Amino acid sequence: MRSRGAVRRPGRTVRPPVVVVASAAALAVSVVVAAFVGTAQIGPADVLGVMLRHAGLGALAPSPPVPPLIDSLIWESRLPRVLLAATVGAGLSVSGAVLQSVTRNPLAEPYLLGVSSGASTGAVAVMVLGVGAGAVTLSTGAFAGALAAFGIVLLLIGGGRVADPARVVLTGVLVSQFFSAITSLVLMLDGDADATRGFTYWLLGSLSGARWEPLAAAAAVIVPATLICLLYAGALDAFTFGWDTAASLGIDVARARAALMVLAALITAAAVAASGAIGFIGLLVPHVVRLLAGPGHRLLLPLAALVGATFLVWVDTFARSAFTPHEVPVGVITALLGAPAFALVLRKAGRP
Amino acid sequence: MTLLAAHDLAWSAGGVTILDGVDVTARPGEMLGVLGPNGAGKTSLLRLLAGLRRPDRGTVTLDGTPLHTLPRRIVARRLAIVEQSPEAHTDLTVSDAVALGRTPHRGRFAPLDAADRAAIERALDLTGLTALRTRSWRTLSGGERQRTQLARALAQEPAVIVLDEPTNHLDIRYQLDVLTLLRRLDLTVVTALHDLDLAARYCDRLVVLHDGRVAAAGAPGAVLTDALIRQIYGVDTVVETSPHTGAPTVTYLRTTDAR
Repeated sequence: MRSRGAVRRPGRTVRPPVVVVASAAALAVSVVVAAFVGTAQIGPADVLGVMLRHAGLGALAPSPPVPPLIDSLIWESRLPRVLLAATVGAGLSVSGAVLQSVTRNPLAEPYLLGVSSGASTGAVAVMVLGVGAGAVTLSTGAFAGALAAFGIVLLLIGGGRVADPARVVLTGVLVSQFFSAITSLVLMLDGDADATRGFTYWLLGSLSGARWEPLAAAAAVIVPATLICLLYAGALDAFTFGWDTAASLGIDVARARAALMVLAALITAAAVAASGAIGFIGLLVPHVVRLLAGPGHRLLLPLAALVGATFLVWVDTFARSAFTPHEVPVGVITALLGAPAFALVLRKAGRP
Repeated sequence: MTLLAAHDLAWSAGGVTILDGVDVTARPGEMLGVLGPNGAGKTSLLRLLAGLRRPDRGTVTLDGTPLHTLPRRIVARRLAIVEQSPEAHTDLTVSDAVALGRTPHRGRFAPLDAADRAAIERALDLTGLTALRTRSWRTLSGGERQRTQLARALAQEPAVIVLDEPTNHLDIRYQLDVLTLLRRLDLTVVTALHDLDLAARYCDRLVVLHDGRVAAAGAPGAVLTDALIRQIYGVDTVVETSPHTGAPTVTYLRTTDAR
């Protein structure tokens, strides 16, 4: 007999902790490997050495010190970038999984509630209009814009009291359209060709600006918000058969729904502020993980975080190294690689 | 055994009065049938009884305690509801769905423990779903979905179960199975039913709703009369006592003009 709670798909029976630990190990390996890919002279041992020396554990380093230039490349640029990719990938995947359940809509994704459009308007305000007179960074502007747009959505749906998923989704769409219009208007009236190009590049999503500080800022929001989402795994499961069944199972539905929307919006806003609106991952990863591990959120959320993190680490590595000397916005590659991968998984899942 | 009672319930939605001055009592361990034509307010009454809506007026009590003063989770351990045809937005297996019934008993991170698994197994067994446990929700027939929802509610291990047309979508064999099961379990049952014969045969008492008010209440033999059925359904009938079951049985003759 199969054990309850195990990953139950044809041909395999794996205990959830094993899957989570294996996924975490895959992510750890990916971070180290991705940090040296594209740099000819060094390998994994050097990356580990750099990490340990900066952590004050140089005695444990498996290799002799690397030249200062390489050390600074790895430590100041590569590692923060890879870790930001992991953080953003995890955040967007969890946000997507949460919103798919909260709106009872399998097409829901992190940008459903106006967050990316609001972030764009905020970014444009800083980049083109010069709001904040240089004291406000692009990231801060984007974060503020994202929260403003989501705040309006939240107001229009009565702080989460509106139960009808179609109304929630439509509200998100209309607020998104409104903010997109403002963004376009500003770009048309005020933006020169360079600003427009820079903005378009930012909008597609890129991790090239990653340093330790923006990583810390993003992680300070994404990590705790993701952990709080895990507390709601039972509620997310209970939403499966609608609000009344969830309430009859003991869930305070209106409160859980509002809290989860706020958490998903905060995660997404922090991700967009750090790296632009990286598309597709928040839609794709929850579905793939659900097909592999089943719909239970106690397993789905941590796995989506780990798989999403690993996926974005590799996609970003590809985006920065495959077309050298050009660097392609990572958001382009997520869809370019993700869409066919998703199609394959869907085909396989459709077979009896 | 738990008593579920409602006093002077009123409920309106969108400016339309749906229930007005309804009194209902389900005595401990009894099976109470809620009858009435379409739009009489049966589903609304069941939602109020299950604490899913706050009545505009009146109170629902569970063993004497007003439902709205109890935390949702505590209510969920004592009272379960089976809605009419709920839809799932993601696919899940029958046993995933039944396991949802354990929600009010589980900690935030707790995996299913031995008691949870035993309750799930028992619910699957009682509803005849053990062989279908790994089947996906999307592939289930209407009747299998109905039984899955019943199993989910039973896995909740409630003292009171409220059901909205639990025999909908079921073939006659499963209708009898489900009603026999509900009678056999040590539960207080409140169920909306459309089939007057089955209601008369399986319920201890009946409440008949008409235009949001109680038109009649009492033992099936006292409630189901030609006059009452003509008055609220607009159908001429002959109600007799079945020589085979001893319960009232209804023969439908024709619809009447007035209703």
